[in-house]
Amino acid sequence: MTLLKTTEMNMVEVNLVEAVNRALSWELEHDHEVLLLGEDIGVNGGVFRATDGLQSRYGSERVIDTPLAETLIAGMSIGLAVQGLKPVAEIQFMGFIYSALENILNHASRMRNRTRGRLTCPMVLRAPYGGGIHAPEHHSESTEAIFAHIPGLRVVIPSSPGRAYGLLLAAIRDPDPVVFLEPKRIYRLQKERLNDKGEALPLDVCFTLRDGEDITLVSWGAMLVETLQAAEELAHLGVAAEVIDVASIKPLDMKTILTSVEKTGRCIIIHEAARTGGVGAEISAQLAEYALTSLLAPVQRVTGYDTVMPLYRLENYYMPTVKQIVTAATKALEYA
Amino acid sequence: MINSNSANIPYYQYLDHQGHLRLPLEDLSTNTDNLIDFYRVMLLTRTFDLKAINLQRTGKLGTYASSLGQEAIGAALGAAMSEDDVLAPTYRDYAAQLSRGIKVSELLLYWGGDERGMDYQYVRQDLPICVPIASQTCHAVGVAYAMKIRKQKRVAVCIIGDGATSKGDFYEAMNAAGVWQLPLVFIIANNQWAISLPREKQTNTRTLAQKAASAGIPSEQFDGNDVIACYERISIALKQARKGEGACLLEALTYRLSDHTTADDAGRYRPPEALKEQWQYDPIVRLKTYFLEHGLLNEQELNAIDVSCGDIVSQQVDEYLNTAAQTPESMFDYLYENLPESLQTQREEVKQKGLENG
Ligand SMILES: Cc1ncc(C[n+]2csc(CCOP(=O)(O)OP(=O)(O)O)c2C)c(N)n1
Ligand SMILES: [Mg+2]
Repeated sequence: MTLLKTTEMNMVEVNLVEAVNRALSWELEHDHEVLLLGEDIGVNGGVFRATDGLQSRYGSERVIDTPLAETLIAGMSIGLAVQGLKPVAEIQFMGFIYSALENILNHASRMRNRTRGRLTCPMVLRAPYGGGIHAPEHHSESTEAIFAHIPGLRVVIPSSPGRAYGLLLAAIRDPDPVVFLEPKRIYRLQKERLNDKGEALPLDVCFTLRDGEDITLVSWGAMLVETLQAAEELAHLGVAAEVIDVASIKPLDMKTILTSVEKTGRCIIIHEAARTGGVGAEISAQLAEYALTSLLAPVQRVTGYDTVMPLYRLENYYMPTVKQIVTAATKALEYA
Repeated sequence: MINSNSANIPYYQYLDHQGHLRLPLEDLSTNTDNLIDFYRVMLLTRTFDLKAINLQRTGKLGTYASSLGQEAIGAALGAAMSEDDVLAPTYRDYAAQLSRGIKVSELLLYWGGDERGMDYQYVRQDLPICVPIASQTCHAVGVAYAMKIRKQKRVAVCIIGDGATSKGDFYEAMNAAGVWQLPLVFIIANNQWAISLPREKQTNTRTLAQKAASAGIPSEQFDGNDVIACYERISIALKQARKGEGACLLEALTYRLSDHTTADDAGRYRPPEALKEQWQYDPIVRLKTYFLEHGLLNEQELNAIDVSCGDIVSQQVDEYLNTAAQTPESMFDYLYENLPESLQTQREEVKQKGLENG
């Protein structure tokens, strides 16, 4: 009982990567079926320190330093999961996740369906992603749409320490496979007070971060920084923007987005990923399908370009800016 | 003994293709009942196989991959494994699956386009057939890792083909099994072909077994059409893995007597003389000869086994043919534990489509 009392009020001030660490630690502590695996996650605590201290606390059998082999990491997670364990694997950078894709697409996300529920894959694949930190080649892409296209999978992206904590707990507890993408640009951007007592947030729903009647701004991950700043600038111009953090890009909670757009009649979708075939395209298509009569202006996308992610000298030109968002919103508001 | 230090890969054969014993029988194969069980499973597999091809030809089954000529490996493996071991098979391992209790009707359902064919009634932890080549090698690593950290006396067994040994997955899996000393036995059913690519064009290594050296695990070859060699060598490997002595790689030499699948025509790439020659090494004929020459079973008794296999298969074929299709909306029902709300409309849509077309 005393334990419960202290954990009920375990207020901590953490940044996003520390929140990830806290969530992993909580789950390792409270669920003995949970284990972590990945490259350099043990002694080294992960290249971003997301797993710092966890191997010394929970042992090398449960916090596994794997050989350098992404196909193995994903494939092995499937084997662990069908045996009833709950693996949380780290892919060191999203740029190296692609050799794991076969296992995610052909096996993890299909196992329940193939076996009519006999075998399931309660596993999480975490990967830091996104640009803006002047990283080397292959370390800055945002290819979440590839995963959002896969049936049977969940794709979750936090945008704050609190949501990283709550959504990661939910992802680990979810009975189906989850790709959990961590926007590394904001790993250490801001600290937030959160209660480290193991409370999960819901998956499959958007979070409305700011209420407004004039326009809906929809985004996820690190782009919420620019999106919220844009909302602030718009407020100075007398425009009340509603800001939605999609958070679960698969499955997509269109209900929240539709409800908001029915109210505002205007929508800008902001994402770092390339435009064509991005998740923004899906949201836009559904708005056209289900909210056409509410729309007062065309839906616009402010996104990365359909280019190879440039090396870092040109990176800032690739990234959507606050100015672009404000301009798009202003344009939308010009429609009567 | 399996020996990892030897540059020469050991090769084992007990029963040569004329049915003569080359090595004294060990372990359980001295027991005639076990030998008869091997025979029964091999024959059941072949009876099923011929029937499946027949069903495919008459439009009652989809594309099917035959296991003709490869029945010994699985029959031996099924007998050597414990029920709570886990098998990670490919699509030609029916003998092992049938021996472990998977039903003929389940195999037929699978190739007949119905997911319920992977919801095995028995051995419920066995992985379903893996179609993408070699992926199951890494799955087996996870299964074996789980067994190891839970301190269970269980073993994971992964079967792959010769073509699969060229895949990265195979090396990644062997490497991990080696470094973690996992209770995992890899078996290569080297049937000399990967669709049209012959064994010698698959790799420059002299054996496939020697690829184990790259992972520091022991390996050996044996005659995969000699069910006794298969049984003895697999049993030893399983025993070692169960005792905590780690993983190994076994290369069973066999031959694909069929086309790759019913959609393939091996006549385009396989010389007919090669096929004719290989029929001499038929594992079923070999064991039958041994039985007859040693007076262990007579023609009449062998015939009775034949008849009983036929009966099982036709009863199971009936069961398969009488299984009604799943509802269209069932395609949504096992995607997630709980169907996300956003997919309910699509589910309703296909349900409606079913009602309109049904
Ligand atoms: C990754 C992958 N590539 C290609 C295929 C298509 N394919 C199916 S079977 C096969 C040959 C496999 O040969 P082998 O591993 O020797 O097994 P066998 O069919 O001889 O039993 C190929 C290329 C596949 N299923 N998976
Ligand atoms: Mg082959």
